[in-house]
Amino acid sequence: MAIKTFDRGIHPSYHKELTSGGRIERAALPKLVIIPLQQHAGAPCELLVKKGDLVQEGQKIADVKAFVSAPIHASISGKVKDIDLADHPGGSRAMAITIEGDGLMRDWVAGAVQTDISAISADALRDIIREAGIVGMGGAAFPTSVKLSPPKGKTIDTVILNGCECEPFLTADHRIMVEEAGAVIWGLRALMKAVGAGAGLIGIEENKPDAIDALDKAVGSSNDIRLVILETKYPQGAEKMLIAAAMGRKVPTGKLPLDVGVVVNNVGTAVAIYEAVNLKKPLIERVVTISGNGVTAPKNLRVRVGTTFEEVIGQCGGLKTSEGDMEVLNGGPMMGITQSTLTVPVIKGTSGITVLTARQIKPVAYDPCIKCSSCVEVCPMGLMPYRLGDYGRAHRTDDLKAWDALACIECGCCSYVCPAKRPLLHWIRVGKLKIREEAAKAAAKAAKA
Amino acid sequence: MLARMIIISVVSMGGIGAVLALFLVFADKKFKVDEDPRIEAIAGILPGSNCGGCGYPGCRALAEILAKGEAPPNVCVAGGNAVALKLAEVMGVEALDHKRNVAVVLCKGGHAEAERRAIYKGEMTCTASNITGGDKSCAYGCLGYGECVDACKYDAMAMDSNGLPVVFYDKCIGCGACAKACPRSIIEMHTESHKLFVYCRSRDKGAYAKKVCSVACIACGLCVKDCSVSDGIALKNNLAVIDYAVAPQNDESTKRCPTKCILFGIEEQVTRKGFYGSVKKTA
Repeated sequence: MAIKTFDRGIHPSYHKELTSGGRIERAALPKLVIIPLQQHAGAPCELLVKKGDLVQEGQKIADVKAFVSAPIHASISGKVKDIDLADHPGGSRAMAITIEGDGLMRDWVAGAVQTDISAISADALRDIIREAGIVGMGGAAFPTSVKLSPPKGKTIDTVILNGCECEPFLTADHRIMVEEAGAVIWGLRALMKAVGAGAGLIGIEENKPDAIDALDKAVGSSNDIRLVILETKYPQGAEKMLIAAAMGRKVPTGKLPLDVGVVVNNVGTAVAIYEAVNLKKPLIERVVTISGNGVTAPKNLRVRVGTTFEEVIGQCGGLKTSEGDMEVLNGGPMMGITQSTLTVPVIKGTSGITVLTARQIKPVAYDPCIKCSSCVEVCPMGLMPYRLGDYGRAHRTDDLKAWDALACIECGCCSYVCPAKRPLLHWIRVGKLKIREEAAKAAAKAAKA
Repeated sequence: MLARMIIISVVSMGGIGAVLALFLVFADKKFKVDEDPRIEAIAGILPGSNCGGCGYPGCRALAEILAKGEAPPNVCVAGGNAVALKLAEVMGVEALDHKRNVAVVLCKGGHAEAERRAIYKGEMTCTASNITGGDKSCAYGCLGYGECVDACKYDAMAMDSNGLPVVFYDKCIGCGACAKACPRSIIEMHTESHKLFVYCRSRDKGAYAKKVCSVACIACGLCVKDCSVSDGIALKNNLAVIDYAVAPQNDESTKRCPTKCILFGIEEQVTRKGFYGSVKKTA
């Protein structure tokens, strides 16, 4: 099979061998969960419970009428202990529901009924997905039901499942594909049904041969689903890169994949859909890779949403204290967000917890740009990061717009390759923020006039 | 031979020069743009520092606006009273008293007072560190990377040893550049008659605010009770807010503040000379 890929990109050290060989384990039931009301892109949820209420595992505890949003469910049964601001893995503090568990576990598998996909309508599927609170499990946590509701006049011909997992250290999607290949394929067929697409693709990087075998077997002889083997390269799993590599279609800046007739979902999302339909189980737990050189026993765990990082890392043997200072990230090392405390909870979008050691996080002073154009050569979006970085630093919004800063997908390739160690992505983020601020100001002015 | 060469060149160059000079004289008369002569006069009076404090893009733009009579003569914040008087004279309008604004930094949570939740290693500017939520536990306080100081064109600000910006009362002309630069809107512009300030912007609940900063407003309400005018100070979103239209400018409401975040009249004590006298100069 020919290996496909996108233009440019980088080859970081992957370190996947730390966790790619072991089976996914089930984490111990947490005694306490902290469930933030904002776990997805879009409107934050509104409370459906109050302090002191008793909640069941899987009970809806927060929801909102807004279209771009997803309800939130209790991940353990117990008593609502507190509703207050709590540390959020996104970096700030946000409203969260704290539930103290009663130690009881619900058996979801007992009531399972294998459903025939052809027996459910597309609308019913979308409703189930929305009600189960399913969001993109790759990290961005965009509500899946919204992705599956293309505006009138737009047709979707292909659903792509994203099994690239190009972030270093993370292997959660890899293990899901190996261990739950059947559910992945079922979920993909459900997604195809929901948007009326005839074809399904699964994009996998070539460094996961066991996942490719498992999925190949699960697909069998049916010809509606195709596996696409992709080169191991970062950011292969970025939506726009994946579409370009697998189908040769280009998503223009400011447009969505559905504008080119494609919907992209993570393999974990497909499994969540399988469980929502067949087990009637909402999104209350997810597979998280706990890895990095600072963790004693790296592994993949099936973790309840709301479990604190401290508890999850504790179940992996804790931190290697001999390594000195550490950096704990929500996500992988390329796009993950550094945490200031371990009391933050795992949320729906937490695909991994990466712990880097002192040697890996040593701060480096940056030097002047020598115009070597390394960043230009690796930018998957074909931008000029050295220029955007300088403009962002100087808050020059007009120049940023002229050089298409908003097309930046913040993958970090430019900062990774820069020989002068310039924090290019950080500056571009500042620039993008300034563009958004300016737009908000203009909108406020227009609203006044 | 030599003499001839000199004569030819002098005559020819002189001739060309004379013709072009005649053309320039003609062009100057013919294509003259009639401009209000007062614009030039006003531009001469304005400080020419293009601070933007008046809200117009530079001194020249303001001069044009002033000549049209679309702005009052005391609009220039950098010039102060002297410029306001001169402008009123040129424009032939009644002089208005110039009220100086002063920048006030409404956060006292420096290195010593505010808890740090992380070590920040990114780009050392306030906007950049604010993207990550900042390294202090307080999400409303001063970030401490001095973007306001960089924005000040009048040498009226500096970072003190506690990691907080200070405004030199004698130097600040009130252009508001620092207030615009602050990503957390901690700096406010106030007229000189305002002397009473709540030096905190935290909207966190009292218990948390106190936990992460020893000089945070914990919204206990003592200053509200001690204010002799009702509604002079009110609690809004866990923060004491002063209504300058009615609140008396004295220290009656500051005395019982448990965290000493409401203070009276300390701004005018900070001068440039005093600051640099107190801070050791580093090479």
